[in-house]
Amino acid sequence: MKRALLLLLVVSVIFAGFAGAVKITYWQYYYETKVKLVDQLIEEFEKQNPGIEVEHVTFPYENFNEKVAVSVPAGVGPDVLTLFYGWIPLYVTSGYLVPLPESEFSPEYLSSEFFPFVSKGIQFDGIPYALPTAVRSLALFWNKDLFAEAGLDPESPPTTFAEMVEFAKKLTKYDDKGNIIQEGLTMQPSGQGHQWIREVLVRQLGGTPYSADNRTVLYYQTAPETLKVYTDLITKDKVGYPGFLNDDVTAFRSLKAAMTIDGSFRLGTFRPLDNLNWGVTELPSMNGVKSNFASFWAHAITTNATGEKLDASIKFLKFITSEYAQTLWLEQVGELPANPNVAAAYYDHPEFGPFLKGLEYAHATFFVDESGQRQVLMDAVDKVWIQGMDPIKAFEEAAAEDQAIIDEFWSRLE
Amino acid sequence: MKISQKRIVTAYVFLAIPLVFYIVVRFYPMIYSFWLSFTNWRLISPKKDFVGFDNFVKLFKDKVFMTSLWNTIKYVVYGVPLVIVLSLFLAATLNKVRHLQWFYRLLYVMPYITPLVVVSWVWRWIYQRPPAGVLNNILMAFGFDAQPFLSSMNQSLPAIVVTTVWVNLGYCIIIYLAGLQTIPQEYQEAAKIDGATSRQSFFKITLPLLNPITVFLVVTQSITFLRIFTQVYNMTDQGSGGPLNATKPLVLYIYQKAFRSFDMGLASSATVILFMLIMGITLLQLLVLNKRVQY
Repeated sequence: MKRALLLLLVVSVIFAGFAGAVKITYWQYYYETKVKLVDQLIEEFEKQNPGIEVEHVTFPYENFNEKVAVSVPAGVGPDVLTLFYGWIPLYVTSGYLVPLPESEFSPEYLSSEFFPFVSKGIQFDGIPYALPTAVRSLALFWNKDLFAEAGLDPESPPTTFAEMVEFAKKLTKYDDKGNIIQEGLTMQPSGQGHQWIREVLVRQLGGTPYSADNRTVLYYQTAPETLKVYTDLITKDKVGYPGFLNDDVTAFRSLKAAMTIDGSFRLGTFRPLDNLNWGVTELPSMNGVKSNFASFWAHAITTNATGEKLDASIKFLKFITSEYAQTLWLEQVGELPANPNVAAAYYDHPEFGPFLKGLEYAHATFFVDESGQRQVLMDAVDKVWIQGMDPIKAFEEAAAEDQAIIDEFWSRLE
Repeated sequence: MKISQKRIVTAYVFLAIPLVFYIVVRFYPMIYSFWLSFTNWRLISPKKDFVGFDNFVKLFKDKVFMTSLWNTIKYVVYGVPLVIVLSLFLAATLNKVRHLQWFYRLLYVMPYITPLVVVSWVWRWIYQRPPAGVLNNILMAFGFDAQPFLSSMNQSLPAIVVTTVWVNLGYCIIIYLAGLQTIPQEYQEAAKIDGATSRQSFFKITLPLLNPITVFLVVTQSITFLRIFTQVYNMTDQGSGGPLNATKPLVLYIYQKAFRSFDMGLASSATVILFMLIMGITLLQLLVLNKRVQY
């Protein structure tokens, strides 16, 4: 009897081994609409690809990076994971990502299926490592009611930088002691402000943020007055300051800020607010130059995926970055499609339009240490408005600190 | 085996369980991090090369590290005396209250049992500039100027100390109250008969007899302030320990190096320094403060 049971067990284990599906694991951070959509996409993918099973694991956004970083060395990481494009250099140099096989993802495929800034953003040393489903860009949100209250046309947002400053001054309110009680424009470098300085203002003032090989900081060298243009809004025009009502999003949503520069991911935050009568428009131009910052989360295949799992992972990656998935992503999550063909249909959309137009002239910064490089610009702004340092000098120091971070990154590779 | 031997074996078997647990989850990681402090390990890399004292040299050349080290000492120097004196005063006062003592105790313990993240965010809002910050609105109602608090180089660290003292007060009061209630009434009565003022009996009787409690609280509170993290992480913009590192303590520095820059080697070295700092301060305090008092 015992022997028969044992035999049955052995047979069933072997059988399960043969008939069992290839199981791959997909990781992303928890964001309700994304999780629901990915569940739906996985279901469809599994139907189309019998024999592949996808396990969907999520973590809180705050410690996603830590979780991934801790699991990888332990060998329990995912086969496909979502990561911020700015982390790609770090992940690649740690030997964690598999290059996208050229047979499946040729340069022609990439250039026809994705916006131009995407293929630069997913490369490290010229080799692509990840693909996005959706992308983000920046735009200017304005509060129509506060415009009307200040005597401005609620349907005519500023189109140039000078106009924006002029409007912001009119829209700022102070108490009798001179404290700001309503911001004309939010000034939050820790939010999207540092991106606006680095990729938009620098370029509009004739500069280039970094050299083409990503090894040299050029923003101070090519546009030294950029930081001054930004901090003058805080110290001279006094239209806002970092941390007003805690942060820019809170200030704008509680009707205490008339304009804010933020990303497309903020559409979902503002849309459900009935008391907030808002509009969104392209970032103002300066000196006739338009620029924008684009960023994205991308899906990459890890070194965990080998053999059958690698094939299954490639199929899954293609599926979740397909035009079909991108359309659903736009409709259900509200993020911009990474594929210009999908985007084209939404150019006149009142909410997505300004962001999509921005994608055409957007740049994705090559970060070697995203939080470190953000901190450098946050500190530069603090030095000016808290410590009273000369903005030109603060910008010079920022460039030197940024260069030190970049140098350290590259020196580790040599 | 004799019964007495059996008993000894049994005792050791039971003792082995927590011992093994401690070795695995406490001592092993600790010793391992000592080893890591001499390597160049980056969290997501398989490479762990021995680099000698390189990390320590790098740390002492890093301005941000030195600022965090200095800030950590400031947290202890400002925070510990404040929380000890305040809690002793409040406990001595509460000890005299006969009615509703449980209610006051509860009141003071509330901050301590509230999750620290919640407390930090509430205080972050209390400290806001106008028009949102409650504290600034009160100041302005009395005709004072609004203060920058958390966005100031000088006020931000003391502001976080105040929050932490407010949180730890409840715990210290409870411990002091327990201590006060063990002091025999006879001593106080005898002193009274001899004509001692209440001030004299506090400084000559109560305070010396509370010494073991004070030593315990000074040591544990110092360790708490040396390991300060949650408040700073939640009360500063993006958990940066800003503005311009003005509030950044060592633990936040370690966290940022380890989990933002993934530099585990360097973070481990900073951990070793923090460990030595805590050990040094604790031993010093025990040496100086620990005196037996008997009557």
